[in-house]
Amino acid sequence: MSAQSAFHASAGDLNAQSLRADARRESLRLLALLSPSLFLVFAIIVMPIGWLFWLSLFDEAGVLSSANYARFFEQASYIKTFVTTFKVAFIVTGACVLLGYPLAYMLSQLPRRAASICLIFVILPFWTSVLVRTYAWLVILQRKGLINSWLIDLGVISQPLSLANNLSGVVIGMTHILLPFLVLPLYASMKTIDGDCLRAGMNLGAGPVATFRQIFFPLSLPGLASGVVIVFVLCLGFFVTPALMGGGKVIMWAMRMEQTTSLYSNWGAGAALGVVLLVVTLALLGLFQWLLGARATGVWSSR
Amino acid sequence: MSEDIGLPISHRQRLWLYALGGLVLLFLIAPSIIIVIMSFSDSTLLQFPPQQWSLRWYQTYFQSLEWRDATIVSVKVAIMTTSVATPLGTAAAYAINRGTLRFNGTINALLTASLIVPVILIGIGTFFLYARIGLNNTLTGLVIAHTVQALPLVVLTVLSGLRSYDMNQERVARSLGAGRVAAFWQVTMPQIRFSIVSGALFAFITSFDEVVVSLFISGGDTTTLTRRMFNALRDQIDPTIAAISTCLIVLSVVLLSVGQMFGRRN
Repeated sequence: MSAQSAFHASAGDLNAQSLRADARRESLRLLALLSPSLFLVFAIIVMPIGWLFWLSLFDEAGVLSSANYARFFEQASYIKTFVTTFKVAFIVTGACVLLGYPLAYMLSQLPRRAASICLIFVILPFWTSVLVRTYAWLVILQRKGLINSWLIDLGVISQPLSLANNLSGVVIGMTHILLPFLVLPLYASMKTIDGDCLRAGMNLGAGPVATFRQIFFPLSLPGLASGVVIVFVLCLGFFVTPALMGGGKVIMWAMRMEQTTSLYSNWGAGAALGVVLLVVTLALLGLFQWLLGARATGVWSSR
Repeated sequence: MSEDIGLPISHRQRLWLYALGGLVLLFLIAPSIIIVIMSFSDSTLLQFPPQQWSLRWYQTYFQSLEWRDATIVSVKVAIMTTSVATPLGTAAAYAINRGTLRFNGTINALLTASLIVPVILIGIGTFFLYARIGLNNTLTGLVIAHTVQALPLVVLTVLSGLRSYDMNQERVARSLGAGRVAAFWQVTMPQIRFSIVSGALFAFITSFDEVVVSLFISGGDTTTLTRRMFNALRDQIDPTIAAISTCLIVLSVVLLSVGQMFGRRN
C-alpha cells in the first residue's frame, strides 16, 4: 500500500517536473519571439533616456549638482516657457472638449451608416501628416492668408488680423490636430452607453434635457476624461505646430528642449527638461489610470 | 444592435446638434480640401479659390532634385520600416497574446512606450545615442528609429486580431502533427492576415509622416521629405509644398481605403 502510494507520488512528481520544464521551455520560446522588439525599444527609448537622466545630474563643469533642475525655478525664461506650455495645453484641451463633445454626441446618436461616413472626416485628418495640416493653417491664417483676404474683401476689417505666428495660431493649429484624439475615445465610450437607460428615463417623465444631464452626461464622463488626459499630455510635448506657427514668440516646452540641445548644445539642461516632461506625463497618466482604472492608451488601437 | 437609438426625439429637434457637429466636421476637413484645391493654382500668391489653374507646382516638385531625393529617401525608409516592424510586431503580439509570461504587463507597457514618451525626448535621446555609434544621417539609423515608433501600432493591431481568434485551432493543428511554424503559417496566419496588413499600413504611414525624430537624426543625403518640408516651412510658404501636401493627403486616403477594404473582408 505504502509502496504503491510512494510510486504514485514519485510518478506525479516526475510528471510535474516535466510539465514545469515544458512550461519553462515554452516561456523561453515566447521570450525569443519578443526579444528583438524589446531589444530595439530598450536601445532606442530606455537606454538613451536613462543616459540623458544621468547627464542631467551634472553641471557644465562635470560636477554632480542639481543646477540643471534648480535653473527651472530661478531663470525667468524657463518659468515663462512652463507658463506658456500649460496655458496652451489648457486652452487647447478646453477647445477640444467644446468642439469634440457635441461632435462625438452627434456621432453616437446618428444611425450606424451615417455615423461611419462622418467618422471618415475625423479619421482622415488623424492620418494626415501633422506637417501638412500645420501648413494648411499657415496658409489660412497668415497675414496675407485666406481669412484675412476674405475679410478685407468683404470690408469687415481694413487691417489684417494677426492670426498666425502668435498664440492664437498655435492654439488653432493644435486644436485641429488633437481634436480626433478626444473625439475617438469619447465616441467609443458613448457607443457603449445603454440606450435602455435613456429610454427608461424618458419613460419616467424626464425631458430630453434632463435625460441628457442626469443620465447620458454622467455616463460619458469616463470617456471624456480619457480623451482630455490624452490631449493634455500630447499638448505638453508638442513640437511641430508651435515651432512653425508660433513665430518664435510662443516657446513651448519641446521647443525649449530643441533649442537648448541643438542651438546651445547644453545637453544637461535639455536632458533635465526632458526628464521633467517625462515625469509630468507619466504622473498625469498614472493619476488618471488610478482614478478611473481605464486604459488611457485605448485610443491608439482604434486609430 | 439597433439601427437607431429610438428615443422620442425627432431629428428636427436635433437640428441644432447636427448643425454644430457639421461645423466641427467642416473645421476638421476644410484645411485639407483647401490645400488640395490650392495646389492646382497658377499663382504664386495665396488666392482662394484660385483664379487660374495649372500643374506648375507639381512640375516644380517632380523636377526639383532636392525634393525628389527627399521623397525617395522617405519611401525607402518607410518600406524598410514596414518590412522590419511588421514581422517583429506580429511575433511580439503572438507572444503577448499567450499571456503566460510573468511580466506580460511590463512587456506590453515597454512595447507601447513610444506612444506615451514625448517624441521630442525620443528624438534627442536617439540623436545623442546615434552620435556615439555613428548612425546619424544614415538609412539604417532612420529605419531603426522609425521601427520603434511603428512597433506599438503593429503590436496593438495584430493583438486585436489575435484576441478574436481561437488559439485552440493552432493547438489542434499541432496535435495532428504540424510543426510550430507550419501550424502558425497555415492555420493562424491566414485568419489574422487582415490585422497584419493593417498593422503594416500603419507602420508605413507612421514612418512616412514621422517628423520630430527625423529632424534630429536625418540630414545630408538622407534628409527625409518631412524634414525638408519642415525646413522649407520655417523659411517661407512655398506653393510647391501645397502640391507635396496633396500627394501626402492622397497617400493617406489610399492607405486608409486599402485598410478599410481589408477590414470589411475580415
